Amino acid sequence: MTVAPALLELRNLTCERDERILFARLNARFYEGQAVQILGPNGSGKTTLLRILAGVSRDYNGEIFLDGKSVIDQAWEFANDLLYLGHLPGVKKSLTPLENLRWYAALQGSVEDEQLLLALAEVNLAGYEDTPCYQLSAGQLRRVALARLVFSNAKIWILDEPFTALDKSGIAQLENRLIAHAEAGGLVLVTSHQDIRFPQLQILNLQDFAENSTVGGLVRG
Amino acid sequence: MAKSPSLFTATFRRDLLLAFRHKGEMINPLVFFLIAISMIPLGVGPDKEVLMRIAPGILWVMALLATLLSLDNLFRSDFDDGTLEQLLISPHPLYLSMLAKVLAYWIATGLPLTLLSPLLGGMLSLPSGAFIALCSSLLIGTAAMSLIGAVGAALTVGLRKGGLLISLIVMPLYVPILIFGASAVADAAQGNPFTMQLAVLGAILIMALLLAPLATAGALRVSVNG
Repeated sequence: MTVAPALLELRNLTCERDERILFARLNARFYEGQAVQILGPNGSGKTTLLRILAGVSRDYNGEIFLDGKSVIDQAWEFANDLLYLGHLPGVKKSLTPLENLRWYAALQGSVEDEQLLLALAEVNLAGYEDTPCYQLSAGQLRRVALARLVFSNAKIWILDEPFTALDKSGIAQLENRLIAHAEAGGLVLVTSHQDIRFPQLQILNLQDFAENSTVGGLVRG
Repeated sequence: MAKSPSLFTATFRRDLLLAFRHKGEMINPLVFFLIAISMIPLGVGPDKEVLMRIAPGILWVMALLATLLSLDNLFRSDFDDGTLEQLLISPHPLYLSMLAKVLAYWIATGLPLTLLSPLLGGMLSLPSGAFIALCSSLLIGTAAMSLIGAVGAALTVGLRKGGLLISLIVMPLYVPILIFGASAVADAAQGNPFTMQLAVLGAILIMALLLAPLATAGALRVSVNG
């Protein structure tokens, strides 16, 4: 046993969908300052794993620990520590980017309007504050969702395919943001089919935990 | 600078804003209410006595159907764009966020329906003495129906074609509201007191206020899980 409890620990996590085991006996420990890329072919359960970790789905066997304590006993702390960006961007198309972020600000606690404007400028959406989101491109919609990372104070970032639809400069910006978050003591869990440029990226390959596989642990990349 | 409002206020404001940006969806039930009621005298005939006798029932049934018509939209767009799962994993009490959503929904559908009803009551030669009963019973009734309907909408939001299923789930629960609402208006039309019916409707509303948001939150968790 390690002395310091892992920020996030998965014990014997098993998930079954339609009588097909997606992954079984998944054991992993994630520490502060880590960035982990979750790999696996299509349909291997990457999104499902992230949804379970984010608390969206409760369809699993096994246990999840936050700071050494079960997340079930501290659901509120866990929800407070967490930022989840799912497959769906979570952006309302008939609202403007600013109105979208205002709702997220309320979700998080208290963030001032200037900070939200700053966040939008940070993701290169300055000037689009009052444009309805249905007029934005797919990449810009993704940027609206990613603007949440700028003013977030969550420790654990769970991002499902955050690079989708982003252009090259957007990808580089996001990579830098993830690096900065990890360096500041946060934890980044990300799925992506492309290679992420990251100094100490760690890989969790879901294929290692597919049915009949007994290998365990986090493979250092 | 002003701090961000609480999630209740923010959700309430956002949903109202959305309702007013989608005016078509908001006006749909009202137009249905208007058209359906104005068809009745054409179908039944202009006999004042007959119209007056069926007016309370017709008004209430149509108001109920109009509410049912828009119910499917309550969580649909939130589910499709991913804001629903964000709401579910937030550290805030879901009871309040659900209440905020239903309140905004009721202001956009139930309230205009109530305000429109005296006009349509006049069209069915409902005596003006019954207008107060009509408005107050619809005011309480549509609020209770929105709260109860939210549970049905939450249960079916994960299904692509949930429209008919909502009706099947929710209709039986609407029956007592319909009976007491229509009977309040009918009693008022004959000049009798109607406070008993309003009291029962009020009791139903309070029960719905206490329980429905919790049931809605639970149902949404199930729907999002699948």
